[in-house]
Amino acid sequence: MVKEQANWSPYDNNGGTVVAIAGADYCVIASDTRMSTGYSILTRDYSKICKLADKSVMASSGFQADVRALQKVLAARHLTYQHQHNKQMSCPAMAQLLSNTLYYKRFFPYYAFNVLGGLDNEGKGCVYTYDAVGSYERVGYSSQGSGATLITPFLDNQLKSPSPLLLPAKDAVTPLSETEAIDLVKTCFASATERDIYTGDRLEVVILNANGLRREYMELRKD
Amino acid sequence: MTIMSPEASSQRTLYPYVTGTSVVAIKYKDGILMAADMGGSYGSTLRYKSVERMKAVGKHSVLGASGEISDFQEILRYLDELILHDNMWDDGNSLGPKEVHNYLTRLMYNRRNKFNPLWNSLVLGGVKNGQKYLGSVSMIGVHFEDNHVATGFGNHLARPILRDEWKEDLTFEEGVKLLEKCMRVLLYRDRSAVNKLQIAKLTEEGMTISQPYSLKTFWGYGAFQNPTVGAEGSW
Repeated sequence: MVKEQANWSPYDNNGGTVVAIAGADYCVIASDTRMSTGYSILTRDYSKICKLADKSVMASSGFQADVRALQKVLAARHLTYQHQHNKQMSCPAMAQLLSNTLYYKRFFPYYAFNVLGGLDNEGKGCVYTYDAVGSYERVGYSSQGSGATLITPFLDNQLKSPSPLLLPAKDAVTPLSETEAIDLVKTCFASATERDIYTGDRLEVVILNANGLRREYMELRKD
Repeated sequence: MTIMSPEASSQRTLYPYVTGTSVVAIKYKDGILMAADMGGSYGSTLRYKSVERMKAVGKHSVLGASGEISDFQEILRYLDELILHDNMWDDGNSLGPKEVHNYLTRLMYNRRNKFNPLWNSLVLGGVKNGQKYLGSVSMIGVHFEDNHVATGFGNHLARPILRDEWKEDLTFEEGVKLLEKCMRVLLYRDRSAVNKLQIAKLTEEGMTISQPYSLKTFWGYGAFQNPTVGAEGSW
């Protein structure tokens, strides 16, 4: 008696790229707004960015249904935290929560590739990068998703981040100004859109700083 | 300690049996227009030709489904219960299309999590308080909203037409013409399409669904009349 095989997969890759860059007193989190499946585009207008707390913004690419479920779980946990502690969760705290939430489903993972950006307890920009099962580290910048292989080497070249192995530890946040960082992100996406079929349509950029949160948009190639 | 009997095989969904093909829907000036044919295929046989694949949900929404028809009927039962409980509060509030779409998303996703999916691709459209809404949910819970959506073959054949020709505030006549154009292409190119369709109109006043009708098709192309004129001996 041969065991029956499923002819459907519980996973799908809905594509897209996400990027985050940390600055001295700001953080830039960006993603494209294209949602695909196979060789089809489902919609050109879907946001992959989710504000989890005042100073924590998550951008996720991968399987959209899992991404949405993950966003809901974290939002619910943050609400509980606010009720119990009468304050917003800090970005480092949210970073740990995201890791734990992902590992909780270690044996049926959320197919989500996340980048968490925000301001740490000192007001400095911070970026945390994750894999699908929750292993994470704090970095100066990161890219995940279908265009990550195209963007990461470019960011490595432009931001010249110091090695995390150095002692004493050198600060990973970029000395670039906020406007320069936003410009860099726009360049990244314009380039990735040229070669990655799953990236394009429109770029959404979220900028977090001491003044709060603001959004910028830029049109990308639709082919 | 309970021991599973070896004969008790899994009751999970493996593959669909009776299926419906594409559903296409658009937003227009007064609300939503949705089209679906009335075919229920049993593999490659066009077994059922009077299947209504679009149904009203509550006061504000219409649900169209492709995929397994029995799972669609199950979803309608779930929605009946949802709407009933909503009405029993008797508080003047009623579930809008956004809420129903969210419920359906959770329903499909949770079944996927249990490895026993409802084998459907759903289109949920509606109008509430002047706000038009049109969303889609797949069998594994992938969902989004847009100005025009389609399932199955419709994604490949109809969406490109809609991307080119859809615009804000289409009139009813323009909307129907656009949908018929999409359905005609599907009729030509989707082997599980049947030439008997309905169009559902959903506005603030409620849903009306047309009587079943057929599209005119044109087969008088030279290539169809003499298919082997350029390649003698072929068929």
